[in-house]
Amino acid sequence: MSASSAAFRPAAAMLGLSIREVSQALRDGRVSATELCRKCIDQIQRTHYLNAFITITGETAMEQAQSADNRIRTGKPLGPLDGIPFSVKDNFCTENIETTCASNMLKGYVPPFSATVVQKLLDQGAVLVGKTNLDEFAMGAGSTDGVFGPVRNPWSYTTLYREQSTEDLDSDWAIAGGSSGGSAAAVASLSSFLALGSDTGGSTRNPGSLCGVVALKPTYGLLSRHGLIPLVNSMDVPGIMTRSVHDAATVLRILQGPDERDSTTVQAPSTPPSLPEHFDIRDICVGIPKEYHAPGLSTDTLAQWSRVAAMFEQAGARVQEVSLPHTQHSIVCYHVLCCCEVASNMARFDGLEYGHRSTVDSSTDAMYTTTRHEGFNNVVRRRILSGNYFLLKSNYERYFVKAQQMRRLIAEDFKNVFRSGIDVLLTPTTLSDAARYSDFIQEDNRTRSAQEDVFTQPVNMAGLPAVTVPTALSRRGLPISLQLIGQTLQDWKLLTVAHWMEQQVNFPLIHLHGDSNERKLDRSVRERTPTIGS
Amino acid sequence: MAASPSGYSRMFFKLRKYANKSQSLYHIDSFNLVIRTIWTSGSRTQLQPKVHTKSLPQMVGVVGLEIHAQIQSTSKLFSGSHVRFLAPPNSLVSHFDASLPGTLPVLNRRCVEAAVLTGLALNCTINRKSLFDRKHYFYADMPAGYQITQQRVPIAVNGMLVYSYFEGRRRDQVVTKSVKIKQIQLEQDSGKSLHDDDQSQTLIDLNRAGVGLMELVMEPEMCCGEEAAAAVRELQLILQALGTCQANMAEGQLRVDANVSVHRPGEPLGVRTEVKNINSVRHLAKAIDYEIQRQMEVLQSAGKVLNETRAFDSKSGNTIPMRDKEGLQDYRFMPEPNLPPLFVYESEASVPAGVDPAQVVVIDRLSGQLPELPSVKRTRLVETYDILQEHSFTLVVRKSTFNLCIPISPCALAELINLVESGHISSSTAKQVFQEMWKAPEKTVGQIVKEQDLWMINDKEELQKICKRIVNSHPEEVQIIRGGNKKVLNKLMGEVQRETKGRTDPVQIRAILEKMVS
Repeated sequence: MSASSAAFRPAAAMLGLSIREVSQALRDGRVSATELCRKCIDQIQRTHYLNAFITITGETAMEQAQSADNRIRTGKPLGPLDGIPFSVKDNFCTENIETTCASNMLKGYVPPFSATVVQKLLDQGAVLVGKTNLDEFAMGAGSTDGVFGPVRNPWSYTTLYREQSTEDLDSDWAIAGGSSGGSAAAVASLSSFLALGSDTGGSTRNPGSLCGVVALKPTYGLLSRHGLIPLVNSMDVPGIMTRSVHDAATVLRILQGPDERDSTTVQAPSTPPSLPEHFDIRDICVGIPKEYHAPGLSTDTLAQWSRVAAMFEQAGARVQEVSLPHTQHSIVCYHVLCCCEVASNMARFDGLEYGHRSTVDSSTDAMYTTTRHEGFNNVVRRRILSGNYFLLKSNYERYFVKAQQMRRLIAEDFKNVFRSGIDVLLTPTTLSDAARYSDFIQEDNRTRSAQEDVFTQPVNMAGLPAVTVPTALSRRGLPISLQLIGQTLQDWKLLTVAHWMEQQVNFPLIHLHGDSNERKLDRSVRERTPTIGS
Repeated sequence: MAASPSGYSRMFFKLRKYANKSQSLYHIDSFNLVIRTIWTSGSRTQLQPKVHTKSLPQMVGVVGLEIHAQIQSTSKLFSGSHVRFLAPPNSLVSHFDASLPGTLPVLNRRCVEAAVLTGLALNCTINRKSLFDRKHYFYADMPAGYQITQQRVPIAVNGMLVYSYFEGRRRDQVVTKSVKIKQIQLEQDSGKSLHDDDQSQTLIDLNRAGVGLMELVMEPEMCCGEEAAAAVRELQLILQALGTCQANMAEGQLRVDANVSVHRPGEPLGVRTEVKNINSVRHLAKAIDYEIQRQMEVLQSAGKVLNETRAFDSKSGNTIPMRDKEGLQDYRFMPEPNLPPLFVYESEASVPAGVDPAQVVVIDRLSGQLPELPSVKRTRLVETYDILQEHSFTLVVRKSTFNLCIPISPCALAELINLVESGHISSSTAKQVFQEMWKAPEKTVGQIVKEQDLWMINDKEELQKICKRIVNSHPEEVQIIRGGNKKVLNKLMGEVQRETKGRTDPVQIRAILEKMVS
């Protein structure tokens, strides 16, 4: 993040700051929370073509911003997030604000309570500007399979991408990744300083990587899942998306910790107020898992992986190849476990207590069936069907139990590696930069999820923390990111290493094509961007 | 439904009633099935229905029980909603109870303690680590589409219940038996569906949804209705003594399903049926005896017993088949991912570091809280007061009876009993005096008897006079008696008792009257 240039930017550039920077600007009176909030909402509207938002909460946001201003003016801000606009994936419950999961089933559903993580942000004075788009019930890796349509990757609307494109804006654009594509696009397009995603198989890190933002999947149980509409309870984690590692650490510190409404939460280790500014990378041992040299890994991504590994080595860190032998089975096991929990979790949507209810009422069964047929898309229905199949008494041992056993082995692999002295693992986050939408939809959701989650998914099996940090732009002008994986509950150490990495790679700020305010900066950033092949 | 401001705000979830009545959504009462009565429910003395055949050994009934005991707690098993009987519909429903998406179960420690206490009282092994599972089926009053239960590793296993009943012509011989408790598992109760035939709709009340249940499984080791009834009665007393369940069957706090089969001893168990819809202990005995007899007759007539669920119809005393839940159910069990394993600890010392002992369940602590159990209390009564064993059963009927603070001193009571024994007052008068002693504990027995003029009339002449008066005023009855119908003498005796307010000895009166009318 180009913090140095912040002071010289016009007011409009305020949106490109990090939370740390803009929080300071708020305290210094250089901008008010209401101004900042209005700018974000304007930006959402200006970039509406990205389809990142399902609901924009302009009115309540302005009220919250007003309260923040009152506090800041009297010198009593609640904390580093007071007055900071944020957005939330539309599978987190928000009190009195529609929560749809991008599904017909929950269109019009207004929860009577807020998810713990959302409430914690609101309690800190952060300003909720909107609910973001996703794959239906977070089942997908592209944010292309929701009832509100696909999310577009903001980086396919930058000058660099458009200049290479021979097609028009509406036919040639890249996917945002998924399933938290709306949240990633919101942070990448400067509509929010922070967004919450959810991460079950990579759903925060994948779009974070493709949209060039920092995306943290904390240790399982460190953040409360209360109010997160579940995909796979045993793997779901609220994810944090920001434009800097430092910001992610700030938010983690606020969100982490036990919640009496979620029995799977754990006590967070004590964390210092902020990441260390000076940190000796020579104390760190970085593992490079050889199994992550997967088929389909793009040359651009491989080049970045090698470049950053070399950076670590040159700076004095120990870099060594490691093996995670069971990782190859992760995706198929995930498929079984995911479908089983989906089948179970989706059973509550029967149209009786809330949500869509079919008008067909010739019998209870007919009503259930049509309600669920009308309410869920194909992807959800297929997973329910598979899950119920895997859970049948006669299949349970063959599928569910086997997958659970394999899950233990996968987790064991990671443990062994960390036990051998490795501090963090460095891997790609995705196989390549973002696919063109028209290419992406050539394959079905199941195939895409299997391909896209290959580097991110094993982490969820083991419940480990992982963070993706953008490192460079590809030849196409789209972000490439790398993932760091840490040990259980060592999220802080993980972020410390990620922070170091972020400072080395110098990833550029986005500049959307046709954004006159940013034209001059756009060129200057491009000049010092370490794009591949340049 | 369209946009509802909040998922559970509607007080009533209306579900249309459908032309297809196939589901078990319907109360058994609405079935108009008529089944020929092939056996009327057994008399109390009939211990074991038997069908005799020439060469083979007699067939016997085999009975196991599945009991759902509603845990007596202020809040539900996994939510903070209150538990109350007869509250307005849907007034005790939390977000979790209504299965709003994003809500998670939070285990109620009180419910775990209740299960552990019950397990200890029933001599169970308490599992230090138990697990929760999801059991899936669609049912209108089960909002999540699954029930959280303990299928794989329940909280308590391998227990035993000792129970007694009376045998013999005068039912004064105490027979003591035991039955193994396979397991006690914690699980959620369902809501209630109310079927309104007139309005053609089903109303759902979720007040009960999520209330904690202990499911107790008793092994098939009983042989008849009386044994099962005695076991359940003893269980009721234990649960009431523990305060873990009010155990009132009529209010549904204790729901008993009976698994019934018949076989010849030594042969494998027969095909069993499950009998449901039993709402009292008396009905339990009736239902089981009926079902045993029915199965025997089916087999006698070369028929086959079907593995089915049957409902007890209290009006006819029969069991009738319940329409099954659309063929075979596969519950697709799965571990509950939102609840970590449930740990209970042996003692405070075994609670791991970093865990607040006040927040966990410690067996030692609960053992110390166990009250005197009914069987121990009965033994104590027999040993301490030297009363008959069968009387100890009468005394220990409910937790409250025996523990009541009685304002009558042992001396006063002894005085009263002495007056009865010595023939100074009649036993019916004694009951009257006892009532008075209760109301006015400051008075002595003698005072009460004197004030109310309750002394026994032992003066022969006076008795003769009274009897004479009665005989004279009932010429018709005397005629009949003289005609040979001695039963009418009882009527005259009743008249004497009324006249003397029960202050006479019936034996004496009978003798006088007999002499007079003969």
